[in-house]
Amino acid sequence: MSEPSTVEPGAPVPTSEAAAPAVELAGITKRFPGVVANRDVDIRVRGGTVHAVVGENGAGKSTLMKILYGAQRPDEGTIRIAGRDVELRSPADAISHGVGMVFQHFMLADNLSVLENVVLGAEGRHGIGDGARRRVLELSQAYGLGVDPDPLVADLGVGDRQRVEILKVLYRGARILILDEPTAVLVPQEVAELFANLRALKDQGLTVIFISHKLDEVITVADEITVMRRGSTVATVLPAEVTARQLAELMVGSELPSPQTRESTVTDVMALRVEGVTLRATDGRTLLADIDFAIRRGEVLGIAGVEGNGQAELVETVMGMRTPAAGRVLLGEQDVTRWSTRRRREAGIGYIPEDRHRHGLLLEAPLWENRVLGHQTTPPNARGPWINRAGARADTRRIVERYDVRTPGIDVVASALSGGNQQKLIVGREMSGEPLVLIAAHPTRGVDVGAQAAIWEYLRQARADGLAVLLVSADLDELIGLSDTIRVILRGRVIAALDPSDVSPEQLGSAMTGAGAPA
Amino acid sequence: MRRVDVGRLGLTLAAPVLAVLVAVGLTTLVLLAVGDPVSTTWGTILDAGADPRSVALTLSSATTYYLSAVAVAIGFRMGLFNIGVDGQYRLAAFVAALVAGSVSLPAPLHVGLAIVVAALVGAMWASIAGLLKVTRGVSEVISTIMLNAIATSLVAFLLREFRSPVLGANNIGTEPIPASGRVPGLPLVPGTPERVYGLVVLAVAVGIGYAVLVDRTRFGFDLRAAGGSQSAAVASGVDVRRMVVSAMLLSGGVAGLVGLPELLGASYTYSQTFPAGLGFTGIAIALLGRNHPVGIALGALLWAYLDVSANPLQILAGVSSEIVEIMKGITVLAVVVAYEVVRRHRLAREQRQVARELTAGARTPEQVPA
Repeated sequence: MSEPSTVEPGAPVPTSEAAAPAVELAGITKRFPGVVANRDVDIRVRGGTVHAVVGENGAGKSTLMKILYGAQRPDEGTIRIAGRDVELRSPADAISHGVGMVFQHFMLADNLSVLENVVLGAEGRHGIGDGARRRVLELSQAYGLGVDPDPLVADLGVGDRQRVEILKVLYRGARILILDEPTAVLVPQEVAELFANLRALKDQGLTVIFISHKLDEVITVADEITVMRRGSTVATVLPAEVTARQLAELMVGSELPSPQTRESTVTDVMALRVEGVTLRATDGRTLLADIDFAIRRGEVLGIAGVEGNGQAELVETVMGMRTPAAGRVLLGEQDVTRWSTRRRREAGIGYIPEDRHRHGLLLEAPLWENRVLGHQTTPPNARGPWINRAGARADTRRIVERYDVRTPGIDVVASALSGGNQQKLIVGREMSGEPLVLIAAHPTRGVDVGAQAAIWEYLRQARADGLAVLLVSADLDELIGLSDTIRVILRGRVIAALDPSDVSPEQLGSAMTGAGAPA
Repeated sequence: MRRVDVGRLGLTLAAPVLAVLVAVGLTTLVLLAVGDPVSTTWGTILDAGADPRSVALTLSSATTYYLSAVAVAIGFRMGLFNIGVDGQYRLAAFVAALVAGSVSLPAPLHVGLAIVVAALVGAMWASIAGLLKVTRGVSEVISTIMLNAIATSLVAFLLREFRSPVLGANNIGTEPIPASGRVPGLPLVPGTPERVYGLVVLAVAVGIGYAVLVDRTRFGFDLRAAGGSQSAAVASGVDVRRMVVSAMLLSGGVAGLVGLPELLGASYTYSQTFPAGLGFTGIAIALLGRNHPVGIALGALLWAYLDVSANPLQILAGVSSEIVEIMKGITVLAVVVAYEVVRRHRLAREQRQVARELTAGARTPEQVPA
């Protein structure tokens, strides 16, 4: 980094001892084929503090944390724990140096008790009997976690499960805890409780590394904040000295790609209507309740919500991958509720899936075959019952050119491309053949900033050309910037309709938790 | 682009060649370990290649193996493991023998009838597994294994019910198929009176059909998509349940043909001595040929050649012909490993290529104004 804007925490903060930092990463570089995930990363985490690492999706936070808990090894650079150089070859190695990871997606066995979950895989430490139970209670007490060892994990709420995860790591002897997006799954009260827990851990001398992109939370709980952008650390700041806005600017850098859509292009021609759609799981749980909305040509309707509140189910219902128990889906004036996915796609619904690896690509197939995927039956990919190879290949070249997919050719397999280029290929594919409606689920997730700006621009152009877009995103700026109208979804219900022109990300965020009053 | 393709072709060939070399090496070690003559053994096996009769026998045997392996490969292409080819072809050959042995028709129609009946019976028997999978979620691996056992018993039972008195007392079989339903052998190999099964033509046609279907049609694309990633196939609009049933029908239909070269070209009756186990050989060959129409053909030829060349081993080299079975087994294991190694190598190679392209192209994201 030629011009490091790193603000060394010069002014000694109260708890600062002369001792070496708990964790020190110096010059960490990690390359993946086609992309440098981390470049010259420097972070110093003082013992007994909460240190936040913030950055956009794709900024390299996850890779860095994987390196720190031993799941991946850096190509260059050193890791120092409590002043000693260490090599972390595996998570077991990391835990033996006192570094433990609390994952965003809990890794607990539902059918086991809390105690069993904590002990599982660490039976060697305190056995599986009374010794283990004593230790669990001790830890729970010492750190104020309030974990009861006996109930089944299946019966616990999300907040409790997270505390069990934390306890699991402590039980294994961790002194440095990494928490990956711990608040993504929590409602506001639970977030407050979590922060109280983190402070208790800190007071006991433990070190917490907190990964997030929710800037308000970071400012509330962290003692220091390191900002990452494009794989590098760009600054370390004290929360008292920055605002959320300044942090955001550090995160996106000087270019500040903005997802603002200019003037409205909404027409009065109905493109997609969802009427009273209700969806139930096989066990009878209601996944979607009475969802209603309409999208006109040239309109972008954004769906906001904490992940797991029915967005994925809604998208799959509109795509015909799930059958609603009640309600209708209309494309134009046509009732398509009973149509197959293929028929809907043929009728002009494009689909950018949330998980491109699972739903968007054939990873081991060449790019041109991936161009065909999802459009097997329409020109230029098909001629009658035949696949039109020449047509598909020519059109793949067009997409690669037009959407700036960085690849040596159209015969390389999809998994050889970086995430951003894979996504550009998918966007290009789904925009081909002039779709009437585009279902875009997290279209820029895990994509580098350049590709993100490009994808936003494609969406904007398509909207101007009359495309109706259903946009599901966890990126609130993206939602506010691109949408003409926003619906907030919570536990499978639409609980609010907001106008993006007079809502801030903060207001939208609180509406998503059910706290905010509908505007 | 050309350059890439050449490299790819080399990699594709590397795996099976490597596997065969490993198999030869390990088999040699086995020979050494038990003190059998190494050079005489390999000499005997290689000599078969120069013998016209052995070549003709190899082609005949490969015809059957090829059909069997294609049947398995159709399932493999969409991630279905049709272990039931064995039961499918035996039941199909039996019913075809029964039908063809009881009618009298002009020659082409008679043969055509036998082929259609065999394909239909094979398809129907396989569809049971397909339907069980899509309606009840039964793994096709389990159901086809069970259906093999059922087919064995069913054929044994029906054979007694419909036995013909024509055969001798030591064997029971169906009424022999009259001359109009027989397919004469082809004198493909000069220098030997031994003829190749006439239905080698059918095997070639099935191979071409398979290649065209899988690589050129929408149906084939859906099949491969479902095999590559079921979730992505569903999102792309493939009706996976229907594909499961279609793939099983097709696989079973081709499986039904496996017994025909023998039935219409040599035995003319389905008797207790009708060859069994060809379906399992098909699995090994499909693996060896990587489900590729040409690859399978090479695999089938190799397999058949090893079989044929093993026969004189006991007499000429004093080595048990089972040594060839050992070599086949090692080849299959080695090829599975080799394909995985090559697959990873290829992926890494392409990723490096992409990376090179990126760094060579315009700017790297390093030059960002701070």
